[in-house]
Amino acid sequence: MATTHSLTPAMQRQRSARMRRNMLYLVLLGLALLAPLAIYPVFLMKVLCFALFACAFNLLLGFAGLLSFGHAAFLATGGYFTGIMLSSYPGLTPEAGILIGTLAAVVLGTFFGVLSIRRQGIYFAMVTLALAQMVYFFFIQAPFTGGEDGLHGVPRGELFGLISLSDNLPMYYFVLTVFVIGFAIIQRTVHSPFGQVLKAIRENEPRAVSLGYNVDAYKLVAFVISAGLAGLAGSTKTVVFQLASLTDAHWHMSGEVILMTLLGGVGTLFGPVVGAGLVVSLQTQLAQSPIGNWVSVILGAIFVICVLSFRSGIVGEIQKLVRKNFK
Amino acid sequence: MIFNRKTLASSIALAATALVASGAQAQMSNDELRIGYLADMSGTYRDLAGPGGLEALKMAVEDVGGEVNGVPIEVFSADDRNSADVGANTVRGWVDQENVDLVAGMVASSVSIAVSKVLEEAGGLAIISGSAASSITNEHCTPNHIHWVYDTYPLANGTAKAVVEQGGDTWFMLTADYAFGHALEADVTKVVEQNGGEIIGGVRHPFPTSDFSSYILQAQGSGAKIVGLANAGSDTVNAIKTASQFGLVQSGQQLAGLLIFLNDVHAMGLEATQGLLLTTGWYWDMDEQSREWAQRYYDRVGKMPTMVQAGVYSSTMHYLNAVEAAGTDEAQAVRAQMAETPVEDFFARNGRIREDGRMVHDMYLAEVKSPEESTGEWDLYEIKSTIPADEAYRPLAESQCKLVQN
Amino acid sequence: MTIIFGVPLAVFMGQLMLGLINGAFYALLSLGLAVIFGLLKIINFAHGAQYMLGAFVAMLALEYLGINYWAALLLVPLVVGTLGVVIERLILRRIAHLDHLYGLLLTYGLALILEGTLINIFGVSGSSYPTPEALQGGLNLGFMFLPTYRAWVLVAALVVCGGTWFIIERTRLGAYLRAGTENPALMQAFGVNVPQLITLTYGFGVALAAFAGVLAAPLYPVSPTMGSSLLIVVFAVVVIGGMGSILGAIITGLAMGLIEGLTKVYYPEAANTVIFLVMILVLLLRPAGLFGKEA
Repeated sequence: MATTHSLTPAMQRQRSARMRRNMLYLVLLGLALLAPLAIYPVFLMKVLCFALFACAFNLLLGFAGLLSFGHAAFLATGGYFTGIMLSSYPGLTPEAGILIGTLAAVVLGTFFGVLSIRRQGIYFAMVTLALAQMVYFFFIQAPFTGGEDGLHGVPRGELFGLISLSDNLPMYYFVLTVFVIGFAIIQRTVHSPFGQVLKAIRENEPRAVSLGYNVDAYKLVAFVISAGLAGLAGSTKTVVFQLASLTDAHWHMSGEVILMTLLGGVGTLFGPVVGAGLVVSLQTQLAQSPIGNWVSVILGAIFVICVLSFRSGIVGEIQKLVRKNFK
Repeated sequence: MIFNRKTLASSIALAATALVASGAQAQMSNDELRIGYLADMSGTYRDLAGPGGLEALKMAVEDVGGEVNGVPIEVFSADDRNSADVGANTVRGWVDQENVDLVAGMVASSVSIAVSKVLEEAGGLAIISGSAASSITNEHCTPNHIHWVYDTYPLANGTAKAVVEQGGDTWFMLTADYAFGHALEADVTKVVEQNGGEIIGGVRHPFPTSDFSSYILQAQGSGAKIVGLANAGSDTVNAIKTASQFGLVQSGQQLAGLLIFLNDVHAMGLEATQGLLLTTGWYWDMDEQSREWAQRYYDRVGKMPTMVQAGVYSSTMHYLNAVEAAGTDEAQAVRAQMAETPVEDFFARNGRIREDGRMVHDMYLAEVKSPEESTGEWDLYEIKSTIPADEAYRPLAESQCKLVQN
Repeated sequence: MTIIFGVPLAVFMGQLMLGLINGAFYALLSLGLAVIFGLLKIINFAHGAQYMLGAFVAMLALEYLGINYWAALLLVPLVVGTLGVVIERLILRRIAHLDHLYGLLLTYGLALILEGTLINIFGVSGSSYPTPEALQGGLNLGFMFLPTYRAWVLVAALVVCGGTWFIIERTRLGAYLRAGTENPALMQAFGVNVPQLITLTYGFGVALAAFAGVLAAPLYPVSPTMGSSLLIVVFAVVVIGGMGSILGAIITGLAMGLIEGLTKVYYPEAANTVIFLVMILVLLLRPAGLFGKEA
């Protein structure tokens, strides 16, 4: 037994779990690369943008236990800033525009975070909602947002000044790249020591405080990352659809992202992606069907059903099932 | 009359089929003519276009016998939920996947502008019936859309001019504080001052506002003869209702609404709206042909049509006739054919489509009846005068549209 | 003419009066929210929809059953309150043991369902509810013309707010309620039927919203969307007053009405935003709200 590299059973389990996870990531990435052959790419891009938005939101709710009811503000801020920059400076490349939009969301997120982070639970939800309302009013009245008309004709431009994004396929692969980067940031954050502390705070804040962690600072960083990624989603969305509008800033959007996360599974990495995919497909399909007028009623019903009997969400329930049957 | 139109249309269709036989079909892009109806089906603007507009569109399709140039007409619809990106997305999908030939409906100006940009890039044709913004055929004009029913220019021009001429020369403006309100306020100010009136005060209220009592009180305190409402939708409704509660009209002031629809007046009731002056593109009770069409609509829907819903029928009919006359559904050929043919039907008088995509036609100055004058649930307006098509809309000389050579 | 801050005294007084009337609405709505939050610890996101339902039921009752305004003022809160009781029994109770944020999400879903359904049935333009005959016309207060109905709204709302405060702070039932808020387990041990108390409280909070809805019916167009924009403002009022504080809700409601009223004179563009600004200031200085207890 002297020289063995043998692993303890626990380490082995961990390693094989990581292998399985990496396999899963590879398979999913492969599917995402092939998807535009079968599915309409613009629809896929919409799903990816909202999936990133929901993942960003979930970082806060699922891993730090903070329910923000004002995330629409970051989505819209990212979108508007990118739109304004790309429209007014034709020389600007799309990735630079997206970066600026994301930075704007980070700045706003820091401001929101400082004001709200010391509140918990329902207070936190209400404060973020009120702050987001102020942002909404600002966007209505600001001269550069086009008010009710929105901001139109944002050029998609050329990536790094080289690759034209005007066709849907290159655009799709760019959006997919952005999504993968955003997702990787979240994945790394969650699995880092920082993420572990966040979870500890979520489970028992007083204990985390007594262990000597600066709880507010941890929460603030989580909030700013979440806001920045939500802004990234909004910026990318503006480049894809070439417009930014008030819909993204309205508090209904903050409600929608909660629904996506809840439906897919709060606190799971893939839950928000699945939830976003489902909600976006539902909206797209239903809007064109005879019962199109009932979209909001159906979304409301899903909300109620999720809360009543489906709280782990789709991915959460699947994980439970797997754990029960294969361990 | 309508019966005549139907027989006429089908006999033309019959004749065309007989003459050209399969020749015409070859010009159609696929074996169907596909019309997508995009509108707010569930939100704020539902009642002025919404499901009723879709019904009007279907009436037009039925009235040409459900087919044109020997191919059947397929109608589908979607709810844009007043969101520019939902609207733009839907239409992009329609173009890429559904081979849509015509996009009809459209209310929120943001949706219309977004959709027209998509169609300009992807090719296609839209007829916008519900939107108010005059920028749609000004700085946002494209060769791929036509704006049918009305826009803010005649609303300001028609109402404000008429009011000043009737002696209402001092104005207090109640303006919604965003781009649309500002634009309308500027238009009104110009018209009022040109005609010798004066704006003596005003207040910009947030959008949206539910309680107008404070602003109405300020308007009363101003002593202006006219209180102009440069807002829309629920803001206008709330302002008018509050004005009636505070006895604004009784105390000698008069309201001038700039963007008011039949369904708004119906919802508020005549008690609150009587005496209101407004500009409209059409009114169901304005003459025999209008009444006849409106009655058919009423029998299907259970409400009288707004000018937007009537406009959807009128524009779709004009489009279908143009497809038939041109023998093709290619967007630019059809648009050219539509522009060549004057628009003259139950809806539009002296109508024609200008190069900027604006369908100009006679507009009407109406006054809301008092409860005593009204003889029925929908007997709401009295048409006071006609604003000729050439004077109603923004002259091409002032246009910033890229399609207009100045 | 006396001038106050550049505005004639009469106009100034008139604006204060109107602000107070709006404040009475805020007070009534935030009171309902505060009562519900106090015992159930959930933010009732369906409050706006229930307010709208109050106005709607009153209008339908008048149209189809001929029930007049005065009867509606009593009956409608009962009907809608009963609906609240049913909602609590069938739905909210199932999630009572969970994180209270789930309550917020659930009631948000309910609000979407209620609003969406009514929009599909009745459209969004809304209809008007006639002002009751006895309250038509107006009063000349010297500094302004005040429609009688608005004066009545102020009186009615203040009476109901005062009555609710009295019941909760000065009666045995109220004492149970307050004790239930502090320590439900102990109350249960003393033989008080806490679940029943919770059900009735929710029903009462909903009935208050419906009462406000009936009061609002003759003032604003009765439409399915009338509650959703008001709701967010009322949330801010509750946060400023201190979540769950009865007196805080009433006083803050009135005060916010006044502040908003003055903003409409001096800087109307900010009228929708000023309450949120106040909220941020209050939270920075007194994180638990003006009347809230520090947790």
